[in-house]
Amino acid sequence: MEGKIEKVSIVVSKGSFEGIYPALIMANGARAEGIEANLFFTFFGLDAVSKKRHDHIKMATVGNPGLHMATLLGALPGVPGLMTHYMEHKMDKFDIPPIPEFIEMIADTGAGLYGCLASCDLFGITKDDLVDQVKDIITVGEFYEMAAGGQIIFT
Amino acid sequence: MPTATYAGHEVLVSDDGFFTDPGQWTEDMAPQIAKGEGIDHLTEQHWQVIKFMRHEYEDKGTGPTVRVLGKTSGVSIKELYQLFPKGPAKVAAKVAGIPKPRGCI
Repeated sequence: MEGKIEKVSIVVSKGSFEGIYPALIMANGARAEGIEANLFFTFFGLDAVSKKRHDHIKMATVGNPGLHMATLLGALPGVPGLMTHYMEHKMDKFDIPPIPEFIEMIADTGAGLYGCLASCDLFGITKDDLVDQVKDIITVGEFYEMAAGGQIIFT
Repeated sequence: MPTATYAGHEVLVSDDGFFTDPGQWTEDMAPQIAKGEGIDHLTEQHWQVIKFMRHEYEDKGTGPTVRVLGKTSGVSIKELYQLFPKGPAKVAAKVAGIPKPRGCI
């Protein structure tokens, strides 16, 4: 590697709005620069590619000091949805797509999307539960094999 | 500022090779710029994207993002990456003689 990144493999382990978006933006941005990119969804990160859940990803409004909001307020019913909706609206203005569209777009750029076998087993998830853009459910060893020669980013 | 010579004309470019004055660009320069980016032959679809880039730049003052390209240029994101494997928004901007787009999406 002569100063230029040629390949990145990004591990998505969180299922919150703010846990998923940065990984997607980095993967998409890598492809836009001609960098090879793979995404490995593990643990709650699997929600980003779950047919049932990827359209209902919420922001963490409790235990998130970055929101500068009283914890008790963030715990009120409806507040996570409201804050997420507000953020989605703001992001749309900056041309950042909703998660399902973003996942589809990233797959179209030629990036590889994979589910983590251990997590899928743990949660009882099969390939049918995941969106069609997920190429395969793979082991950690297979992930490392795929990531060989590039950078690994854990989010 | 660095210069480059395309189709016999000297033009001003940025350090990474993007036109700084899109007015200096002419269509006959595109094949040579494309070759430098690993694209040996510009197809009709390449031209569709190049012309769209020019149009968007004249309209908005900046090149479009890949998302916008995919939605409005008539060429899908999948095809865009086949046409410009090193990154559609960036490479097409270079070939179309407009400054490098700075969007993150």
